[in-house]
Amino acid sequence: MADLGCVIGGVESINPFWLASAPPTDKYYNVVRSFDAGWGGVVWKTLGIDPPVVNVSSRYGVHQDTGGGVIGINNIELISDRPLETNLREIEQCRKEWPDRVIIGSMMAEIDEQAWKELAIKIANSGVHGIELNLGCPHGMCERGMGSAIGQVPEMVEQTTRWVREAVDIPVFTKLTPNITNILWPAEAAKQGGAHAVSLINTVNSIVSVDLDEMAPNPVVDGKGTHGGYCGSAVKPIALNMVAEISRAVETQGLDISAIGGIQNWRDAAEFIALGANALQVCTAAMLYGFRIVDDMIDGLSAFMDQKGYRTIEDFRGKAVSNTVNWNELNMNFDTKAFIDPDKCIECGRCHIACEDTSHQAIEFNVADSGKRSFTVVDKDCVGCNLCAHVCPVPDCIEMKPVTTKEPYLTWPDHPLNPHKADPISSQ
Amino acid sequence: MPSDIGKNSSSGCISDSDIAANFDDLHKPLNALQAVGAADHCIYCYDAPCIQACPTSIDIPTFIHQIRTDNVIGAARTILSENIMGGTCARACPTEVLCEQACVYNHGDEDPVEIGLLQRYAVDHLMAEGGAHPFKRGEDSGKHIAIVGAGPAGLSCAHRAAMLGHAATVFEAKKKPGGLNEYGLAAYKMVDDFAQKEVDFLLNIGGIEIKYGQTLGENLSLQDLLEKFDAVFLSVGLGSTNKLGLDQENTEGVIDAIDFIEILRQTDDKAQMPIGSDVIVIGGGNTAIDAAVQAKKLGARNVTLVYRRGEAAMSATAYEVELARKNGVMVELWAKPAAICGSDQVTSMTFERTKMLNGKLTGTGETYSVKADTVMKAIGQQLDIAPLKGFEIAGGKIAITADFATNVSGVFAGGDCIDTGEDLTVQAVEDGKRAAHAINDYLTNEGTHNG
Repeated sequence: MADLGCVIGGVESINPFWLASAPPTDKYYNVVRSFDAGWGGVVWKTLGIDPPVVNVSSRYGVHQDTGGGVIGINNIELISDRPLETNLREIEQCRKEWPDRVIIGSMMAEIDEQAWKELAIKIANSGVHGIELNLGCPHGMCERGMGSAIGQVPEMVEQTTRWVREAVDIPVFTKLTPNITNILWPAEAAKQGGAHAVSLINTVNSIVSVDLDEMAPNPVVDGKGTHGGYCGSAVKPIALNMVAEISRAVETQGLDISAIGGIQNWRDAAEFIALGANALQVCTAAMLYGFRIVDDMIDGLSAFMDQKGYRTIEDFRGKAVSNTVNWNELNMNFDTKAFIDPDKCIECGRCHIACEDTSHQAIEFNVADSGKRSFTVVDKDCVGCNLCAHVCPVPDCIEMKPVTTKEPYLTWPDHPLNPHKADPISSQ
Repeated sequence: MPSDIGKNSSSGCISDSDIAANFDDLHKPLNALQAVGAADHCIYCYDAPCIQACPTSIDIPTFIHQIRTDNVIGAARTILSENIMGGTCARACPTEVLCEQACVYNHGDEDPVEIGLLQRYAVDHLMAEGGAHPFKRGEDSGKHIAIVGAGPAGLSCAHRAAMLGHAATVFEAKKKPGGLNEYGLAAYKMVDDFAQKEVDFLLNIGGIEIKYGQTLGENLSLQDLLEKFDAVFLSVGLGSTNKLGLDQENTEGVIDAIDFIEILRQTDDKAQMPIGSDVIVIGGGNTAIDAAVQAKKLGARNVTLVYRRGEAAMSATAYEVELARKNGVMVELWAKPAAICGSDQVTSMTFERTKMLNGKLTGTGETYSVKADTVMKAIGQQLDIAPLKGFEIAGGKIAITADFATNVSGVFAGGDCIDTGEDLTVQAVEDGKRAAHAINDYLTNEGTHNG
């Protein structure tokens, strides 16, 4: 069986599955239940300077598919609303009872050196393995000059990271906000500040839905709502890209990555690891189904690694990074065509109408005298866009088959139709 | 109606509460959670085969999508715009041979979308909301149509005529409207007074008047109607039942299945309905199944359904035949009635075995006897042509053109009294709807000519 142990920022963990700083890691009770369930570590819910914040009711809104499945959760909850000392004593207790599990202390403060340093030292003294700087919270706290208000200014990211590095001698994780033009700017700032690792992504700034009776954003708090932080499987594609950007960039190489963003199952986890993540943080999936979901994350990831012959996480970590390239590096001579398996087709016509109305009019629709409906790809018009295969409700009914070609690998900069081909500067 | 049903009542062997439970909805209505789940199963096919399979061409993928988006009232409107009796059809349609048979999931190994139940969910929701009638009466044309028969065809025609701006007076022989929706469906398919609620709902459009106790050929004359109205629509249904042609057919205990079904539908407390102990039902259609299953549900000990050909030739759907078997009905194939036995009360029937010989159904000469205190005949109905003198009749039904016009100028016909295919509620509704448009064309053109 594969070894799921991992190391991130110098911190060793029995498996890469940690609970992210959020409601599930708010107190002793939840954290020991999560350890009992098998989670490798937790990032304790963000601690601030007393007096604790006060939260509102209610706090969550959800984005659902038509079947009622939750695509994403939006929250307007603030950081821990319990006294700092209470949290620290509980952290100590958990560390004592569960010595093989990781606890990272998450913190935030206003942009003030003394505040950051004093709080970091207090948390470090509770015995945590590391400190995570919450520079991402996009709601509430940012209005008080904290969270994303700091994370959106690279200079402040570097400054706060440096302050914590100077104050404590345990690993420092800088948590990044996705609510920024280019993730590399704060990632690079964190590296400059001395971070051992970056954690990303924090939640995406959002209004999840509008209550059309109350005419206010959800969740409605006494007739009014506010923008909140969006998380869950809907944000996974955003997180995958940002993790990949940091893995690929020369400027951020060497930074360990604690990947967060819509990890629901082992496959999501494997994808983040393939793009360079050292470890993973999960929140929404646990909030929807309970801590037990870690069972299949562990089991599924082990099975996948065994099947592929990966003994350790390092064996496949970052394996997809070199294949993640700029558009300009793609092969223009590669071509695929859709192929509809007539034996599997149930004649619903979804491929036809998608192609006919919105793509390339490359799927013909005929009705035989017998009433049998047939859908046929017109190869000369099919550009291989893949839409038909995605809308088809039958698994493996539409296959994208590569067209055999002897043409060499050809990128856009070298393409004969590229008007700037001759210009070596523009084509780069 | 004979009063001799169930002389030897065997209802004693089944409790009143069991009988009540037996007559619960055959298909339980969907709750909101189930409806969303069922709607989510729909692929939203393009040019969907289910639409073509529906005699009234309801845009099924659209209404199911509307349920999915929580636009349930919109879903009901989509249904009712093509089929104003979508509520009854959702309950009574043999969906297994119509829309649900056409569902593309049948090509895979998956169950089809539960279209009937979803349709019921949407229409029931709209009717329960009780808001304004979803359709507007058209601008008054000044024309007045007489409609004979307040069954599905007649009422569908009246409603569409109202939408087109015409006034309609419906003449109904019975005391209640609804036709077979009220009198002819199995009680477990229409468990409450839905047929009446549906008529009330339909009448809310305005411009429709119903007169009861009006029988063509008795107190209602076609000539009068032609003189007083601008057009006439005949939706008289089928009046008389086919006979076995045996001696002693009038023996007590030998009844028409449709009479049994009608009385049962009109009996609120089913436990009060007498039923025999040994019941024979003769016929291979859905009426035979409805009668046999209900006899069993009432507590009859032995119910034997006898059909002269093989199962494939039965006009009842495979689902209905299976339903009969599940309810404990003995389905006896390849046998035809030979004699009714009993002096003043039927005691048994003799059947002769049959087989196909050179493509013809033939008796084998072998006979056998089945004990019976009740015999229900369900071997089809006929158009009563006595009050239809002067009308061209084809194949036992009123002959019509493609525009539902009879050979008598200004008189149109639809429903079971014409031959547009199956004798189904849904077909009758379609006939009425299309006939209303044909009558509208006729009245409009007439106006042009006269003007």
